[in-house]
Amino acid sequence: MTAPLDSRPRGGVGDGFRLWWNALPRPVQWVFGVPFIALLAALPLLNIPLLTTVGTNFGSVMAQFGMIALIAIGLNVVVGQAGLLDLGYVGFYAVGAYTVALLTSPDSPWNQTGPDGWLSKDWAWLAVLPIAMAITALSGLLLGSPTLRLRGDYLAIVTLGFGEIVRLLADNLEEITGGGRGLSQVAYPRVGVTDQFPLGIFSAGNVGKTLNSGVWWYWVSLFLIIVVLLFVGNLERSRVGRAWVAIREDEDAAEIMGVPTFKFKLWAFVIGASIGGLSGALYAGQVQFVVPTNFNVINSVLFLCAVVLGGQGNKLGVILGAFIIVYLPNFFLGRTEILGIPIDGDSIAEYKYLFFGLALMVLMIFRPQGLIPVRQKLLAYGRQLYVAARRRSEEATTSSGPSTVEVNK
Amino acid sequence: MSRDSESEHDPGGFESGAEVGEEYRSMSEDAFDPDLTPMITDDSVVVDVSDVMPELADPEVVAEIVATTREIDTPLGKPLVELRKVTVRFGGLVALDSVTFDINRGEILGLIGPNGAGKTTCFNAMTGVYRPTSGTVGFDGQVLGKLKRNQITRLGIARTFQNIRLFSEMTALENVVVGTDARHRTSVPGALFRVPRHRHEERDAIDRGMALLEFVGIGARATEKSRNLPYGDQRRLEIARALATEPKLLCLDEPAAGFNPAEKAALMDLIRKIRSDGYTVLLIEHDMRLVMGVTDRIVVLEFGKKIAEGLPSEIRDNPSVIAAYLGVPDDATA
Repeated sequence: MTAPLDSRPRGGVGDGFRLWWNALPRPVQWVFGVPFIALLAALPLLNIPLLTTVGTNFGSVMAQFGMIALIAIGLNVVVGQAGLLDLGYVGFYAVGAYTVALLTSPDSPWNQTGPDGWLSKDWAWLAVLPIAMAITALSGLLLGSPTLRLRGDYLAIVTLGFGEIVRLLADNLEEITGGGRGLSQVAYPRVGVTDQFPLGIFSAGNVGKTLNSGVWWYWVSLFLIIVVLLFVGNLERSRVGRAWVAIREDEDAAEIMGVPTFKFKLWAFVIGASIGGLSGALYAGQVQFVVPTNFNVINSVLFLCAVVLGGQGNKLGVILGAFIIVYLPNFFLGRTEILGIPIDGDSIAEYKYLFFGLALMVLMIFRPQGLIPVRQKLLAYGRQLYVAARRRSEEATTSSGPSTVEVNK
Repeated sequence: MSRDSESEHDPGGFESGAEVGEEYRSMSEDAFDPDLTPMITDDSVVVDVSDVMPELADPEVVAEIVATTREIDTPLGKPLVELRKVTVRFGGLVALDSVTFDINRGEILGLIGPNGAGKTTCFNAMTGVYRPTSGTVGFDGQVLGKLKRNQITRLGIARTFQNIRLFSEMTALENVVVGTDARHRTSVPGALFRVPRHRHEERDAIDRGMALLEFVGIGARATEKSRNLPYGDQRRLEIARALATEPKLLCLDEPAAGFNPAEKAALMDLIRKIRSDGYTVLLIEHDMRLVMGVTDRIVVLEFGKKIAEGLPSEIRDNPSVIAAYLGVPDDATA
């Protein structure tokens, strides 16, 4: 068969790193992991010359990255793991954001933060967060149960329609959503109120040079990313993750092997949706203002771009993809030179869709699996085996040198 | 494939059973590596199973773990599967025409017939891929009726595919564990929070999965991606994955397609081993030597109809079977 070509280790830096990392015991992984996460968290404070953005505040860029990273993780469950092409994911993002806005904005008829509402002004955002997730999950269930009988392109078209429906509803239900004017003064966690920050550190009014509201939101989203990653990782290394990958690989074979495919596809949709809703709620809290134009279909495509760019199915890959999608346009924005070479950063940022399109095309030719290709581990207790296999293959390559076994072809 | 058609049209293929495995072995000796050690090139990932799970070094322990543990209502020797007048129509084409036969618990039943005779359709009607246009399939005292495919699998019918359909990006062990998941009850929230049942099932799945891989003889390749496995190992992996669902009936759809004689002999041993472990086996196969050598009973289909049923020795001498396979000689019609 064609096996030898595919199974040859690529021997790249990534593979070497992956082997080394996977062989480390769990505690040692944490010893390396915690400082790395701390470094990530400290990025906006360090003010690194070439990294920091010029045109926009680096803190808010990172906050935006955190939200898109959450979205990418959620979309990755649907697209990368279960293989369901969802082009309307922005719809879930919108449902999450609008749930928070509708319950907490004074412009909304359903506002609960007023004098007779059941939400306290200070903690409204946090209290609404699980509600937003639950309602988005419900919307995923509602969308999924009729449409997940479709496959491939058909599913993509229907979900594309869903994304548009949500946006158009938000645009046209003026009495409820405020239509094109949107909903303002959405709640946010009102903590850290001091004389310097009369509205709290999470308020959009905190526009300090380094430790501004963006950084605080970035830290919140970083925390949520870690929590979501742990949960999604648990799912991946269970019968749920295996069912998803089996469905992606061959849905009929999965069904015949006893996987209730419809049920698990629906779960993938619901879980993906609730993560999207979580991100939407973060967004509503940070910006404190939601309008329908933020939930255009082009955003769905951008989210998908992050997943494909980073590496479908790879959780860390899609986070990298999200970083690229958010950071690169902001990197060029307002920049007139890089290392002394004059550039027109503003126009580069303006044409971001063109460049992402080109990047995707180049990627599809040279690295269709994405920047960090997936190596899924689908067994909760498979470590021992993987490590043993690695040791064996290393022995084979180091001790025997060129193959000692005659290959009879 | 040429080997298949060769034996199909070879009257010598209709010869007796027990020594056939031996015959394959003697045929293989000059041309092939007799002990079938898997080819190990330096880039293949090999696990020393006895290193990781020492208890699996003993074949008897392996067979014990693999052996069926589920309650089967049907007593030994009584019909486990009852096909009654099963008809499958695709538009105007009658793929299966009122076919009736039983599969007894504990036997190896061969289902043979020329290409297009309806063997795979019969399979699909049993496993729920197609719904019979009329007629019923009874299984272990229950009529399959409108059950979903995954429910039928959990009821106890597992199958392999004529054209291999593994989950190619998964490792061999992960493929098998997907099969064991058919018996697992962890819910999505249960997996999310790693409840004790989840952890317990995950551990069991690895133990049983490794035992199954050892049983079919590919334990060393457990962590290799299934698309990187050699063809023969992929076929074995399909059998292991089907056995992982703890079936009462194992359906093998042309498991020897594309095998060389040595591999066919090993496959026959494996099928016998599966039966002696308590499974009932339905075997679709073109290769007459293999079918005659391993089955207890044979059902012959032609153009969707059952034309014969009986012991291998009876089938071998049945004139209508010979006519179906070899055609009527020219001088008889001229």
